[in-house]
Amino acid sequence: MAVAIRTKRREPSPGGGGVLPRLSLLFLIIVGSFALAQPAYPPLTGRVTDGANLIGAEARQRIEGKLKAHEDKTTDQIVVATVPSLQGVGVEDFANGLFRFWTLGDGAKNNGVLLLVAPAERKVRIEVGYGLEGALTDALSKVIITTAVAPRFKAGDFAGGVEAGVDAILTILTGDADEWQRRAVVRDDESSTMETVAVIVMMLMIIFLVFGAIRAAGRPGPGRRHRTRDGRWITLPASTSSGWSTGSSGGSWSSGSSSGGFSGGGGSSGGGGASGDW
Amino acid sequence: MPISLPLRIRSRLPLMLAALFGLALAGCGVNTVPTLEEAAKAKWADVQNQYQRRADLIPNLVETVKGFAAQEREVLTAVVEARAKASSVKVDASTITDPAKFKEYQDAQSQLGGAIGRLLVTVERYPELKSNANFLALQSQLEGTENRVAVSRRDYIQAVQAFNTEIRTFPGVIWARLFWGAKAMETFAATAGAERPPAVKF
Repeated sequence: MAVAIRTKRREPSPGGGGVLPRLSLLFLIIVGSFALAQPAYPPLTGRVTDGANLIGAEARQRIEGKLKAHEDKTTDQIVVATVPSLQGVGVEDFANGLFRFWTLGDGAKNNGVLLLVAPAERKVRIEVGYGLEGALTDALSKVIITTAVAPRFKAGDFAGGVEAGVDAILTILTGDADEWQRRAVVRDDESSTMETVAVIVMMLMIIFLVFGAIRAAGRPGPGRRHRTRDGRWITLPASTSSGWSTGSSGGSWSSGSSSGGFSGGGGSSGGGGASGDW
Repeated sequence: MPISLPLRIRSRLPLMLAALFGLALAGCGVNTVPTLEEAAKAKWADVQNQYQRRADLIPNLVETVKGFAAQEREVLTAVVEARAKASSVKVDASTITDPAKFKEYQDAQSQLGGAIGRLLVTVERYPELKSNANFLALQSQLEGTENRVAVSRRDYIQAVQAFNTEIRTFPGVIWARLFWGAKAMETFAATAGAERPPAVKF
């Protein structure tokens, strides 16, 4: 009741002239594109991308070794990033943007995790990919930050805090029960959109071919007779459709372990995880 | 017959033309409109999912807070009522193309967001509750969900922007009008950050 009255009262203002809503939409798009302007994300140089120079070479190698061993075993891609500045963006938005920029995790499984440390803003965040949200929940991420990471950061021990955080993440991700739970809820966006496109293309093809065939069949004359005698007319659509296969292969999974190059596998995150400060 | 083509070719002409027509159409981006439409709809489903997830957390949250701060009846009932109102808003396929319906949905959700925010501020007065493990877990889930809402809203805004631009600019506008009858979609007015519950520290 109250809702109905409210909507009625508001209706006249946007419906005024027809130009106004368009103008406001244009304004929104402009404002939106400014608001969505991305900060300059650093390139992904390795499993520990230490842009703020917080982690010593020895600890860094140890952490990278653990992360690589876990990735080789499970394909879960866990990356540690430290940045000198969040560039005026909130730690949640920065972590999500960086995660997507690096496309951590497999393209189909979305099994990436990003541990982001911003010492200048004293912020830390664990950003979890879609596929691991079931195992590394928000609550668990928060517990890791408040109990394992933040106390060490407070004491100035950045390498120790990062390593403790990584250890905790790995412990949770290798838990057996969680393992099975997580495999069940793996989320796969890419194939569904590809399927939609493929279905639409196929339907268009069929519609046009059927139309063409009906029209050709309904027309009397030498053309039709010739075709039926020939008997090969079915081969024509088949041969044209062969060039139609939509590239279904998604982003290939490249961990690039032997060559030394390291890159994301095409995964994405929807903002799962937790943040904290110290 | 003015044009003399070999019989075999002429007989296949309609089929070849049909195939060529289909190919040309696809090349012109006739499929872009439904592709972008489906993408935006998927993002919209994500937004709804995250709002639903938030609504699902509330009964547990209210129960936990009640255990420590039952006297805060006013704030608690405000949350319960806002949740009931938000879940009573009917959402169907036309919601994203109907400005009034979309506004109704958004208003109900932001009201719920505000009520949750006030509850969390109130809770700051109860140190026992603040150190309760169950409450801490709920709080981090709530924070995570608010963040997911913000991310899904941003994704939706981007998807709608792509779709609305496509159906208003040159090749797309033809297909949208002639072929698909596509309507512009509504998008969120407030910035993503404005809906987050206020973080208050004492």
